[in-house]
Amino acid sequence: MKNEKKYLFDNPENIKRVLYILYGCCAALLALDFVMHRHITHSWENLWGFYPLYGFVGCVILVFVATWLRTFLMRDEDYYEIKGTKKTGDHYVDD
Amino acid sequence: MWMIEIPAFVPFFIGALITTLTRGSLRSTIMVSVPIISAFHLWMIPEGIHLQFAFFDYQLTPYRVDKLSLMFGYVFHIAALIGVIYSLHLRDTMQQVSAMLYAGSGLGAVFAGDLLTLFIFWELLAFTSVFLIWARRTQRSYVAGMRYLIIQVLSGVILLAGTLFYAAENNTLAFGYIGLDSVAGWLIFIAFGIKCAFPIVHNWLTDAYPEATVTGTVFLSAFTTKVAVYALARAYPGTELLVYIGAAMTCFPIFFAVIENDLRRVLAYSLINQVGFMVVGIGIGTALAINGAVSHAFNDVIFKGLLFMSMGSVLHMTGKIKGSELGGLYKTMPKTTILCIIGAASISAFPLFSGFVSKSMVMSAALEEGFDWIWLMLLFASAGVFHHAGIKIPYFAFFAHDSGIRANDPPKNMLLAMAIAASLCIAIGIYPQALYELLPYDTGYNPYDATHVLAQTQLLFFSALAFVWLNLKGMYPPELRSTNLDFEWFYRRAFPSVLKNIFTSIWQVDRTLRQEFKLRLAMYLTYIAEKNNRISGLLSRNYPSGNMALWVAVVLASYLFLSFIQ
Repeated sequence: MKNEKKYLFDNPENIKRVLYILYGCCAALLALDFVMHRHITHSWENLWGFYPLYGFVGCVILVFVATWLRTFLMRDEDYYEIKGTKKTGDHYVDD
Repeated sequence: MWMIEIPAFVPFFIGALITTLTRGSLRSTIMVSVPIISAFHLWMIPEGIHLQFAFFDYQLTPYRVDKLSLMFGYVFHIAALIGVIYSLHLRDTMQQVSAMLYAGSGLGAVFAGDLLTLFIFWELLAFTSVFLIWARRTQRSYVAGMRYLIIQVLSGVILLAGTLFYAAENNTLAFGYIGLDSVAGWLIFIAFGIKCAFPIVHNWLTDAYPEATVTGTVFLSAFTTKVAVYALARAYPGTELLVYIGAAMTCFPIFFAVIENDLRRVLAYSLINQVGFMVVGIGIGTALAINGAVSHAFNDVIFKGLLFMSMGSVLHMTGKIKGSELGGLYKTMPKTTILCIIGAASISAFPLFSGFVSKSMVMSAALEEGFDWIWLMLLFASAGVFHHAGIKIPYFAFFAHDSGIRANDPPKNMLLAMAIAASLCIAIGIYPQALYELLPYDTGYNPYDATHVLAQTQLLFFSALAFVWLNLKGMYPPELRSTNLDFEWFYRRAFPSVLKNIFTSIWQVDRTLRQEFKLRLAMYLTYIAEKNNRISGLLSRNYPSGNMALWVAVVLASYLFLSFIQ
């Protein structure tokens, strides 16, 4: 597969560029909090950087909790099948 | 004008009939033209009751048109058209016919003006759609379809019971505001709740939708839950309980979605999350909230359809749908990638995409009515939905590590269907007034004020930043081949095994008892026989049986003799 065509994100530079654009946007959006006057309905919205912080922290917590859920919710892929189909027929002890 | 009296489901049922009788391009033409013709027909229909007749003591109203039902009527036509175009390449009569019947049943349900008609279409929705699951023709889909059917029919039976109570209490079958202050109200609420995938009874959706066919899931995602949302909006607006149920629905599925491997199951969880926003809106019950719920249902049908179509294309072209097996598909499926990203942006409610103009109404209404904590939950769910549906779906399917799969873009009809859905997502996002004009209430709401746009953009961009950060740090949970336990464990595992154990022990006890009894009986018989042998020779076992025959002959002869005497 050496001759394979190079695609957009095969070049690590391009990935970096996308990430820098994202960082730039985030910084700009945060900066807008200073200049924009927002009319608010809730007192928390008054806090500086409330939405960015909430979005970031919310997602990190979401991922951590979900990863933690894996420790006791995760089973094999065919978890339901093994018991469901293979063992039919020997459910009852009949005479 | 007899044309007016043709309910919207009739063209679809006739279309289904013709579909069974035709083949090839004629069938395709008919299937595409049915939703178009029916949509034009519906467009002409003025509001009001167009079909009504007496059934015993009750008035049945199979065709009632008002602003609320029209919204759902329109979007069901759009969904049916997109779904039909998406499945044009199919040569499977079972799927095509059941899809038409299913779309028709959805329309029948939203235009039903009485509870009995609603019940009939409610059950038809279940019976017609299950074939879209079974059409995959695997053992897995067969059993998943069975579970789906059982739960859907159960919902219908509860609805029927509620309807009977309602008729007894109110002496009418008219389907309007019901409320929760009677037995009938609760029964009907539970029936609607099951179809709406309320928490605890939500697993039929995450169980069955990913097992359906590529095209079947696209249809399934559009109708069943939205009919339930419509029914709730009709019968329970302003029921505060719904606010809490809806908020729970927005939050808990996103945890499952983050760790789920089957990408269509991720979408199924995110479908529950989106329905949660609608349920909250209905629960708040103000004009703005109801508008938000209804318009979000409208948009959700389109963007969730688009996402299911893009994942369906991946499954269709690669035969794989597990996040752990996919990746790098953007290289050879660029069109699907772009269309999927449009769907992802819409569901994440990016400004200029359709989700933004409807979801924000529900959020604003929650704040206005003082549901602060609920608003925070919705905000968290908005960030979460971007995380799992907006980023995870496109990222793990089309980017992430290169899986080495070099599948092409799907057939033209599939691309066209996705393109139509994507254009609608953008069109509604840019020009929401067109959508707002159709809404039940006029609230003069404008989604594009600077505060709002900034807040939503900040929330989303920093959610993306969190994703990037977690990924770079290697803390993002990898896609693993796994099953995650959910509430379904109770009826798929715990309940059957408890039942099995109970019955095993019952049979064991039963067998021991019977054996013991037989043993005792034999012992007593031997004992009595032995006694007999000793006391009387006549009744002894050793006595010849010919003796018995003789005595019977004597008795019969004496009977004969006695009859002569008389």
